Amino acid sequence: MSSVGAGYDLSSTTFSPDGRVFQVEYAQKAVDNSGTVLGLRVRDGVVLAIEKPVISKLAVPGANRRILSADRSVGMAGAGLAADCRMVVNRARGECQNYKHFYGSAMPTEVLAERIASYVHLFTLYWSVRPCGASTLVAGCDQSGGERTPQLYLVEPNGVVQRFYGTALGKARQSAKSEIEKLDLSSMSAKEAVKAAAKIIYQVHDESKDKQFELEMTWIAPETDYEHRRVPADMLAEAEAEAKAAIEAMDE
Amino acid sequence: MAYTQVNIPVSLGTTIMACKFGGGGDGDSASGVVLCADSRTSTGAYIANKVADKISQLAEDIWICRSGSAADTQAVTEYVRNGIRQHCSMQQRPCTVFTAAQLCQQIAYNNKSRLSAGMIVAGYDSEKGGSVYGIPLGGTLAPTESYAIGGSGSTYIYAYCEKFFPTDAPLTREGAIEFCRKAVMLATMRDGSSGGCVRMMIVDSAGSEKRFYRGNERDAYEESRPATNQ
Repeated sequence: MSSVGAGYDLSSTTFSPDGRVFQVEYAQKAVDNSGTVLGLRVRDGVVLAIEKPVISKLAVPGANRRILSADRSVGMAGAGLAADCRMVVNRARGECQNYKHFYGSAMPTEVLAERIASYVHLFTLYWSVRPCGASTLVAGCDQSGGERTPQLYLVEPNGVVQRFYGTALGKARQSAKSEIEKLDLSSMSAKEAVKAAAKIIYQVHDESKDKQFELEMTWIAPETDYEHRRVPADMLAEAEAEAKAAIEAMDE
Repeated sequence: MAYTQVNIPVSLGTTIMACKFGGGGDGDSASGVVLCADSRTSTGAYIANKVADKISQLAEDIWICRSGSAADTQAVTEYVRNGIRQHCSMQQRPCTVFTAAQLCQQIAYNNKSRLSAGMIVAGYDSEKGGSVYGIPLGGTLAPTESYAIGGSGSTYIYAYCEKFFPTDAPLTREGAIEFCRKAVMLATMRDGSSGGCVRMMIVDSAGSEKRFYRGNERDAYEESRPATNQ
């Protein structure tokens, strides 16, 4: 499993002799053990999907959103400790509003992703706080002149930010990533990506090990006027039905 | 005994204006802007600088006309320049005229009780083409589709500008230059705090061009008018 910290892992302000900060790596483990989250950036938009384990039969389905909006055209999905995810999104919301107030126009997604990365990085510098146990996918679509640029960024607990065409987080990330690599993301439309994301989530979900899950999806597409919105219920149901059918076809 | 006070705050009692030109009539972006200003800086009755340059640069193709307290407008200009540099560095793209005007307005509004600064921000960017924004005392952001005038001398040319700004077709580049130059010159002939020469900046997709018109153009204008008491 993981290497033993041997005393260098008690504080995030301590380096190990081989140059690692163990506390930050352990925070990454919190992300790696969560439910699958995936993001796809396609030709005309971005799709975010998350596999939420159903904690109780009495929980209201469709509530307890895990994918949140930071601004009208920016969505964020978190993997890892859910409360840490909310903390990051709240900060992002504040950043977007401040930027709009000061500069008069919407915050570019790249600038937001870098700000969030700096924010998350702060928690790895001080002894008095613990590192953020959440990775965040930031999905946005900037408008410049007449052009629209959909973008997807991943911000990790160590403060690193990277731009992606498609990526996955959580327990089944390796198999999800290999499925994503098979897709032709740059020519796919957002509508097709919704179906593809649903298929991947169902495919990598481990029936034997994990509980029942609820699929939550959002998208930014021409159909939503490039605003970050939940995938409509009928479209989601259709995508899920197709995903289940594909699984059954594979099992035969 | 009367004496000239030289320790009064330096003021830019002035005439400044900026106007858009070009662009189609159906909401196409304007091809450019002309900024124009007089050149008198006064300390009370003493003209501290008769060839002042009241048009300052905020970014490569974004300029600002300054009126009011010289110190206040220079300080605001420096802050806005700094803000623009940081903003461009962050977003890796040139600044838009709107953002420059917004930054200027934020400073003017948040310090309204401390500042005496009337400004006009104008320039060219690839998103909106030529744009003009007036930022009068108090810190309003006033976008305009035609022109903006400011400073003490502007009161004398409100009627002139209203009458002679063409409403049937957009101004051409030469038309805009003539319109602004004439207006500022006329203002300097009536406002005691405006005078000297006329400085101009023409900004379009090709960049910024600086122009200078000597004060003796006023004499040429006077000569050209018919004698009235014959």
